Amino acid sequence: MTKVAVQFTLNGQEQSEFIEGGSTLLAALRGKLGLYSTKAGCHQGTCGACTVIIDGEPRLSCLTLAERCTGKEVTTLEGLTSNGALHPLQQAFMEGFAAQCGFCTPGMILAAKTLLDRNPSPSRDDVIDAISGNICRCTGYEPIISAVLTAAEQLRGKKKNA
Amino acid sequence: MEYRKEYFSDARREDLTEVGVTRQRSDVLGHVTGKTQYYADRTFPGLLHLKMVRSPHHHARIKSIDISKALKVPGVVRILSAKDVPQNIYTILCLIQVEPNDEPVLAFDKVRYKGEQIAAVLAESEQAALAGVAKVKVAYEELPAVFDVEEALKPGAPLVNEYHGRNWFTYEGHHCRRVRFGNVEEGFAEADHVIEEMYQSSPIEHAPTETTGCIVVPDQNERYACYSNTQALYFTLDNSALILNSPFHKLRLIGGTVGGGFGGKVDVITEPIAFLSAMLTRRPVKYEYTREEEMQVSSPRAAERIYIKDGVTKDGRILARKVRLYVDAGAYSRHSPYGTTKAAAHMPGPYTIPHVWVDCHCVYTNRTPSSAMRGFGVTIGDFALEVQMDKLARLVGMDPMEFRILNAYRDGDMKAHRKEVQGAALVECVKAAADLAHWPIGERYKAMSSEKREA
Amino acid sequence: MTATLLAAKQPRAVPGLQAKGGTVIAGGTLAVAGLNYGDKIGNPLIIVDGLGLDRIEVKGKKATLGALVTMASIARDRRLKFLHPVANSIGGPAVRAMATIGGNLFAPAPYGDMAVALVALDAEVALHDGKAARKLPLETFLAQRKKLARAFVTGVSFALPEARDFRYTKIIRRKPVSASVVTIAALLPRKAGKIKSARIALGAMAPHAVRARKAELALEGKALDKMSIEAAAKVVAEGTAPADDAYATAWYRREIAPVHLKRLLGEAA
Repeated sequence: MTKVAVQFTLNGQEQSEFIEGGSTLLAALRGKLGLYSTKAGCHQGTCGACTVIIDGEPRLSCLTLAERCTGKEVTTLEGLTSNGALHPLQQAFMEGFAAQCGFCTPGMILAAKTLLDRNPSPSRDDVIDAISGNICRCTGYEPIISAVLTAAEQLRGKKKNA
Repeated sequence: MEYRKEYFSDARREDLTEVGVTRQRSDVLGHVTGKTQYYADRTFPGLLHLKMVRSPHHHARIKSIDISKALKVPGVVRILSAKDVPQNIYTILCLIQVEPNDEPVLAFDKVRYKGEQIAAVLAESEQAALAGVAKVKVAYEELPAVFDVEEALKPGAPLVNEYHGRNWFTYEGHHCRRVRFGNVEEGFAEADHVIEEMYQSSPIEHAPTETTGCIVVPDQNERYACYSNTQALYFTLDNSALILNSPFHKLRLIGGTVGGGFGGKVDVITEPIAFLSAMLTRRPVKYEYTREEEMQVSSPRAAERIYIKDGVTKDGRILARKVRLYVDAGAYSRHSPYGTTKAAAHMPGPYTIPHVWVDCHCVYTNRTPSSAMRGFGVTIGDFALEVQMDKLARLVGMDPMEFRILNAYRDGDMKAHRKEVQGAALVECVKAAADLAHWPIGERYKAMSSEKREA
Repeated sequence: MTATLLAAKQPRAVPGLQAKGGTVIAGGTLAVAGLNYGDKIGNPLIIVDGLGLDRIEVKGKKATLGALVTMASIARDRRLKFLHPVANSIGGPAVRAMATIGGNLFAPAPYGDMAVALVALDAEVALHDGKAARKLPLETFLAQRKKLARAFVTGVSFALPEARDFRYTKIIRRKPVSASVVTIAALLPRKAGKIKSARIALGAMAPHAVRARKAELALEGKALDKMSIEAAAKVVAEGTAPADDAYATAWYRREIAPVHLKRLLGEAA
């Protein structure tokens, strides 16, 4: 089993690891780097539970080879909380009952974040498109859509007051 | 949120502090920060991956199982088959005195559904385990299969499950669960209209975002810790101990947050074989369903076929209800005999009907064994009953809400199961729903209540 | 899982690497999913980044897209506005960020919706067979897809249509995004109010995107009206070979293809 060196920025910090050649970013995050928020739901890119952010774009870590992340910036849910303070998306999901079993939540929040980072005033349709690759079996999606719109409002308010 | 305090006002308490108040979930902070721990959120050095050899056939005899080539695959550590399992039979319902046990942990003489477990390949990596599975050679003699509940009950149908000796579960000597109350033939004779309709549902897969699985880790002092996403930790403990011939205290079950259960993670299928694998290899073992396995192999909600024959008067009273209900248990019982009992207990619905006849059959077919899902045993029956109620209302020219209010149980009525109705509230629920939906109902019906039948 | 990655230094090297057992990996939606499930994917995985194949070029009325152009970059490019509905119908945002045009040409039914649009657009495939760079009509490429498995697709090109001449629909069971029950792309150029050289392509009606030639003939030289649309819809499924899969049965696909062709063509121009 050939080991390959990978180096990328993870949640703002440089990470280097030796991983098995051809293994996925998902396997590296969970098996090597001890970060379990990124979930495995299907291993075939259909459920979105493994969603992370790579260079600002939502990406499916179960289909991303770890070696192809060299030099990139990867963000997982662990990277959203800064100094214990919750990101408005996390706050809105909590208050809006947008998580029940919680398994889809990391992927959902990150998918939503990529939307709000490039579009601070999304419509409901924009939100639906942003989470269209993330499956939730518990909430029926409405609380999630509301939470994202609430977080967008929060962020716009913060920006105004900044 | 609205309070409807006008209903049952004399039975209402004013000192409730939790009902009607929004309370945050205790686990949601973990969910939104990624700290909530699911069974697979752990790493164990030396972890072995279990991949299962499964039947490609719906129904077949196993002539031979050859694991020799598979054992040579680099990374494959061990392969378990039926002979390795101390008590090779699932025992789910025997714990509540429902027998016989009818499902092998690992198949040996026969496979009864496509995807049935045959041999467990344990390897250093998932890739090696899958390569091992591909090299296990099983020789089959295909058998005719049956997929339809009524076909399975016909004489001459292929016998699915030899542990029962027939394609239905036997309830204390009877071929189905039965409810008998009054005389339905009399009721039909007296009725102005008699209709019979058939309803059916397909199996429904829960498809939780997290697939079924567990990790078993050899613990200290000859104990084994099992991290599982089972919804039923005690089922798992009890069944595993019986299958492994192990004292209960040697097995340590650690549950936690289930990434979506909905009743689909109650069958205790992954844990016993994972325990055994860890015991025989002395290494941690992970058995995780792939999405494909979750869809095809894990138990779905049972498909049902329901015939409802009703006799109704022209002024809208149901006089007689005859129900024939068939639950497709698939190849094995799992919890279906219990679910079918629930179905029988649920008929004829929350309505006072003087003549009731119910037969609920738990039928075996060569389909994936079915099991629990939200409203186990009851949900599909409700679909059938309520569509039937709408049809009856239309038939007699009544509003469907009013029709239900008229026929609903009242306190003190005798149910078909010989129990007196207590604490009925259907009338009030229908009235409140009609009100919220701005659905007009007549004054006569607005005056009705569950507490006693009007003159 | 073990696989070795090998970066190809130039397009002409790729067919040789594939002949020796390697597989090109573009976005990875097909290859890595296969690896995850233990499919026999050729080793090494040939990385073709860095060969400049991710560019979109528009010169006059001709568009040339490198094989590594993603659905997301198509959806962002204003010059390809007419293709946005196609790109956005493929997976969610994360899939679109990695799914490539090149990969889409190899996606088996019921996937491969961009290929359906490209067939309607009479696109040309540029490939390298190890000896020379070649161009093939996409239809020919798809029909010979297995034979050409070792060749390396470097890009596609097509003439930009009048926006109003191009129509696309993808019928799915689960909104907002899912694999196709039926995909239809139609190019309906008009000359003096009559349809000239119509091209109708179907997805999920055969192992790869195919033309609905009989439906095209029914429209040729006619005005786009109720009668011609009816005639085309009647024959749209002829010669197709849809499959049963988790999304729909072959029977259902044959039943609804005419319905959706009628709706697509019936839309106001």
